[in-house]
Order: sequence, then structure tokens, then C-alpha cells
Amino acid sequence: MKSNPKTFTKVKSYVPYHSPCDPCPPIGRKYYSTPPNLYLGFQPPNLPQFSPIEALKRGTLWPVFYDFYENPYKKRAGKEHE
Amino acid sequence: MWSYEKKLQYPVKVSTCNPTLAKYLTEQYGGADGELAAALRYLNQRYTIPEKVIGLLTDIGTEEFAHLEMIATMIYKLTKDATPQQLRDAGLGEHYVAHDSALFYNNAAGVPFTASYIQAKGDPIADLYEDIAAEEKARATYQWIIDMSDDPDLNDSLRFLREREIIHSQRFREAVEILKEERDRKKIF
Amino acid sequence: MNKTLPQEYYKQLEEIQVADFVLIELTLYLDTHPTDTQAIEQYNQFAHYSKQLKEKFESAFGPLQQGSLNRTPEFWAWKSGPWPWQV
Repeated sequence: MKSNPKTFTKVKSYVPYHSPCDPCPPIGRKYYSTPPNLYLGFQPPNLPQFSPIEALKRGTLWPVFYDFYENPYKKRAGKEHE
Repeated sequence: MWSYEKKLQYPVKVSTCNPTLAKYLTEQYGGADGELAAALRYLNQRYTIPEKVIGLLTDIGTEEFAHLEMIATMIYKLTKDATPQQLRDAGLGEHYVAHDSALFYNNAAGVPFTASYIQAKGDPIADLYEDIAAEEKARATYQWIIDMSDDPDLNDSLRFLREREIIHSQRFREAVEILKEERDRKKIF
Repeated sequence: MNKTLPQEYYKQLEEIQVADFVLIELTLYLDTHPTDTQAIEQYNQFAHYSKQLKEKFESAFGPLQQGSLNRTPEFWAWKSGPWPWQV
């Protein structure tokens, strides 16, 4: 059971159970991060690299590991991140 | 042994004067899943880990001190010009009374750092899985701090640090694979 | 004594941070991939490049690390600011 590193998504979501007895309005979707290190296995050699300046800005030399984070609850549209 | 380089690993900029953020950043300074805990954990474990992964633990442990310095820089910039009233309004009144705007190794709630945050079981698999967990916890903590912050420059540095945690987690996972010693037998990805 | 640093300081410092970042990324990679000769070659290129950048920086702005040359014979420049968290 191997995940294909080319097709994973970096954010997942689920809807927590909401009971009619809950005092507060439901939060709706909860999101959690699933960054690339979960899917890649042992890093293969010769992966493409960022330019050095880009690498510093992004925090890694390899685009495959790059995962931009922003607050998923700020986006009200409910669409999945990629 | 260690030597010091007079530069930050990444240029830290803070553009909004908001000392409240300093309180949250302290979680990564002296907190359970913060940079100090990480550095001390890895640098201590490396004495009794199999030789194949000593280099990795030494290098990541050293990098964590560089990250500690970055967090310190953020906190310093946010609090150095604050008056006692501003610090109190930021929820740092108790901190001020004990420290003025000196930094200290406690978490965001003021709980002082303790070695209980780290472990060294002497079992390399246990130790490495603790390290992977530590990196994931640090990654999550950066996410929560980014959620609390509206400062785009500060968030840029926090995103850098979060990305470093992803890479560290990757390397520790690879270290586990190396110690499993299955890699030379057959390559399956 | 609070002198403002010239833009050149920030520019050169960032170039060094860029080069050293590539070095640390490759160091961690090589710690788990010790036989990747292409990575070793890239590491050495950047090690050389970083050294050149640092020599240039230090001539203008003072020592960056313990053991660096003190180029001002009448003054111990290492203890001078600014320090990284002040910059």
C-alpha cells in the first residue's frame, strides 16, 4: 500500500460530530495538515531544486517538500487547498 | 564542540508593533515542543544512538539552536521598545514583573522549561520516533501561531521555520529506515 | 552608538544566508544519503562560494565567526555590534 507521491493533497478535512445538545453553533469543517514528508518515503536522488534564493525564502531546496500554510478557517468558501 | 556565527539563519523581519505576539512566540522558545527542547533532545540522544545517524542528530540539533535564536529575535524586536503598560496590555504583566523585557525559557503560559519535556530512551527506534513526533508537534505549533498573527513579515519567518520542521521530520523518518536496515536488500517506493 | 547599517550590509548578508542555507539543506540530505556524489559536488561548490562571500563581507563589516581574521589591528572587532537579533 504505497501512496503515489505525485497525487497527494496537503490538507485534509473532516466534520466533527455535532449533537443537538451542543451549546455552540458547529464549527463545520476541521482541517489538518498532511505535509509531503508523510508521503514521500526515502527521498529519491536528483529531485528538482529551487534556485538558492527561492530555497531560502521557502525553507527548503526541493519543491516537492514545500507546503505553504495559511489559516484554513479564514477561507470561508470551503474549497480544499492543493 | 560549538562555534557561533554572527548571523541569523534566515532574515527575520517584524513589521507590526504587537507585543501580544511575543507571548505566543514564547511557546516555541521555552515550551514543550519548542526549539530549545528540540536542540537539547537531539544533542543529548546522539551520544547513544547508532553511528550511522549521529551526524544527523548533531546537525539538526545545531540547527535548532539557530532557530531558537530566530524566535528570540522576534520576541526581542516585539518587546524591546514596549512600556510596562504596553506589556501588561499584551498579557505580559507577570513576565515584566519578574524579567522586565528579558527573555526567559518558559512557555506561553509562563510555565518554566523542564527537562521532562524531552526523553532519551537509549533505544534508537524509540528515540527517533520521539524526534519525529517532536517535529510534527513543532510544525503544528507554528501553524497555530501563524493563525494568531496578522503580521505578514513575522508569518513569513514562521512559515520558514514550519517548513524546516517538515524537512527535519523527513530526515528522522529516513533515519528510521536506515536503522531498519532493509534498504540495501530491495528498493520499493 | 547607533549607526544605521548600509543597504550593502543587508544585501551581502542575505547572499551569505542563501549560500549557507543550501549548505545546511545538503548537509542534512547527505547525512541520510551519504553516497549521492552529485549532491556532494553541489555541496562543495557552495562551500567554496560561501567562503568567498564571507571573506568579502568580513573585510567590510567585521568577523562573522570565532576564528575569523581580525582585520583591524588596533581593535577587537568581534565584540562589536550589531548582533544578529538587533539588525
